[in-house]
Amino acid sequence: MSTLLIVALVGALAVVGYVLGVRRAMASADGDLRLLHSLKSYYGQNVALLVLVPSLLVLVIWMTVQPLLIEQSVLGMISNTDVAEGSSRSLMMADVRRVADGLDVAVAQGAMSREAASDVRVDFTNVRERLASVGVAVGSTVTQTTLEAAQKFRALSGTGNMVRGIVVLLIAAAGFGYALKQTDKDFRARNVVERGILVLLIAAASIAVLTTLGIVFSLIFNTIDFFESFPGADFFFGTRWEPSFSGRGGASDLGFLPLIWGTLYISIIALVVAVPLGLFAAIYLSEYASNSVRSIAKPVLEVLAGIPTIVYGLFALLTVGPLLVNIFGADGLLGVNWMSGGTAAMTAGLVMGIMLIPFVSSLSDDIINAVPQAMRDGSYGLGATQSETIRQVILPAALPGIVGAVLLAASRAIGETMIVVLGAGAAASLSLNPLEAMTTVTAKIVSQLTGDGEFNSPETMVAFALGMTLFVITLALNVVALIIVRKYREQYD
Amino acid sequence: MNDMRIVKRDVDMNDIKISAKGVQVYYGDTHAIKDVNVEIKDKTVTAFIGPSGCGKSTFLRCLNRMNDTIDICRVEGSIQIEGEDIYDKRVDPVQLRAKVGMVFQKPNPFPKSIYDNVAYGPRIHGLARTKADLDEIVEKSLRRGAIWNEVKDRLHAPGTGLSGGQQQRLCIARAVATEPEVLLMDEPCSALDPIATAQVEELIDELRENFSVVIVTHSMQQAARVSQKTAFFHLGNLVEYGETGQIFTNPQDPRTESYITGRIG
Ligand SMILES: Nc1ncnc2c1ncn2[C@@H]1O[C@H](COP(=O)(O)OP(=O)(O)OP(=O)(O)O)[C@@H](O)[C@H]1O
Ligand SMILES: [Mg+2]
Repeated sequence: MSTLLIVALVGALAVVGYVLGVRRAMASADGDLRLLHSLKSYYGQNVALLVLVPSLLVLVIWMTVQPLLIEQSVLGMISNTDVAEGSSRSLMMADVRRVADGLDVAVAQGAMSREAASDVRVDFTNVRERLASVGVAVGSTVTQTTLEAAQKFRALSGTGNMVRGIVVLLIAAAGFGYALKQTDKDFRARNVVERGILVLLIAAASIAVLTTLGIVFSLIFNTIDFFESFPGADFFFGTRWEPSFSGRGGASDLGFLPLIWGTLYISIIALVVAVPLGLFAAIYLSEYASNSVRSIAKPVLEVLAGIPTIVYGLFALLTVGPLLVNIFGADGLLGVNWMSGGTAAMTAGLVMGIMLIPFVSSLSDDIINAVPQAMRDGSYGLGATQSETIRQVILPAALPGIVGAVLLAASRAIGETMIVVLGAGAAASLSLNPLEAMTTVTAKIVSQLTGDGEFNSPETMVAFALGMTLFVITLALNVVALIIVRKYREQYD
Repeated sequence: MNDMRIVKRDVDMNDIKISAKGVQVYYGDTHAIKDVNVEIKDKTVTAFIGPSGCGKSTFLRCLNRMNDTIDICRVEGSIQIEGEDIYDKRVDPVQLRAKVGMVFQKPNPFPKSIYDNVAYGPRIHGLARTKADLDEIVEKSLRRGAIWNEVKDRLHAPGTGLSGGQQQRLCIARAVATEPEVLLMDEPCSALDPIATAQVEELIDELRENFSVVIVTHSMQQAARVSQKTAFFHLGNLVEYGETGQIFTNPQDPRTESYITGRIG
């Protein structure tokens, strides 16, 4: 029984349950709504929830556990001698799964009868060719062991799916019967439904949290893998970033410092550009601008916030970089030769700052607008001018929010990739000169993973260590933001 | 020099401080104040009474141009303070408001310390030359606001951490710290207990020696206790204006009579 069919059947049962639940409740109250403990729809929802939740929960659990169990028992069939040279058990298992899928497809398309699929032997048929004819490509020739394993795999999943369907439907039916039996005019359906909804919401929240945990753990494990093959001290305190890719030989220098230096340097340039401009724009928009100006300027700024960062990257590469070279380059306006190419920390920082302006300004604008009008009135009533009011009353009142906005902008700057790749260059360097090419952690993560290195070489695995460090830094930044915001809140709320 | 000022004071004694003629206020299409004429004397307490929504706060806010901060609000007619039209283009509303202080209907302390709240006005107007001066102004104002004893040990705690009634007295202290010539008070005692109310009323009486005070109140007793003149507003009209004693004992308009005897409200 396919999953879709099961879900459809359970859903239909829930709908029927809803209708019957409402009917039964009404009947028990002799059609008088006022005698019911809860609104009549709650009785229906109660039945529907009891049909849906337990059965679908079991379905989900079954679907995650069954493949694991089947894999275990099929793996038992493959003895070590069957594993070919240069292959591994997990590779063989992948083959088994592909062959099993292929047989399924073949049966579904009618290229093979059901019996033929479960009896076919390699001695008589070229399984690989037959599968290829229905569009399933299998890497190596199919051995008898693989084929047998695949057939066992198919048989087990077949039975499993069958049992699964029956069990899930039985549970749904049990919920249906139990809920209907409960339904009575005095039954507190509303309370039960409320609790059911609470459980659903908690489940949604826990999925979000668990996913985050999953991501963090996968980062952690891969990072640990990396540090097993590469000394941590060299990573954290190394001042040179010179990975050598496999084939060329030689050990790599994978020093973290030049990358984090580039990241922080470029981010700081970006914040120096974005924070004052964004904040002033927000103050102008919320305190001085007339309604008509605001109604145009705000949406325009917000559109700016929606431009994909790759576009900003192009802007950096094609416009800002050459412009800076025209000023600071060899034959530039200043007559100095401080800048040799368009890609530099300055280029990326400026453009990233431009990208962050709407981000800072729209957050700050909301925060400034949230300062109560009574606060402004109080200040104006004492004879303060507009700028005095802004400096001494509004900004202090809005400060925690603004600090939060700035730190959020900083997280974005640190995590930004495209602008850096196109604007700052790819050379990792520990330089103070903002007109020199630099690179950041994120840009290097991309280049390490898209390079031609083996997946489990330190040169590739370093991406996880980089990602993990970046994660810790942004996490710390967010924690600091929270602490600051909370501290001010305590003081002024 | 000093003598001349005293002479001038004497002449001012019963002068008109604020004179409003034909004042109309609109909030968008709502006509909130309808043709109000009133003359407020110097060194007197004038009470504005009237049912909720009749426009007392609105009219009060016209007297220091606080309505400028409301986009949809439009004021017509003329309001003169000491013969100078305050809606004239040459008048700087910032200076005007330093001269005409205001205590708002809802307490609105700044998110700053108690000390900084009170010192706010003196600081922006440069009233204190030294830190000691400023300390003195703050203490004097907090005493006048009848809150000194409660806050003297925590002057650097946030003003927003006070109770509602304490916040209101803090706002009164903040307003008197700038030594305004006219003090507008919008229901200053609505959140205060009887003791604090009595203290604020005492303050109002004290202020009368040098300033003129306009107070909006819903308490007839308070109006009768503190004011010399009373104005009764109803639906945006100034129905009756006169000596407080006369308004409460011998109202000319039937609407005034029904309001103070509790029949309309
Ligand atoms: N900001 C505003 N925007 C629009 N209409 C307003 C505004 N402020 C006041 N009004 C209207 O103006 C009229 C007078 O309001 P006002 O606040 O002056 O009343 P009030 O006499 O002070 O009442 P209360 O005793 O309840 O404080 C009311 O009808 C009110 O709805
Ligand atoms: Mg009012």
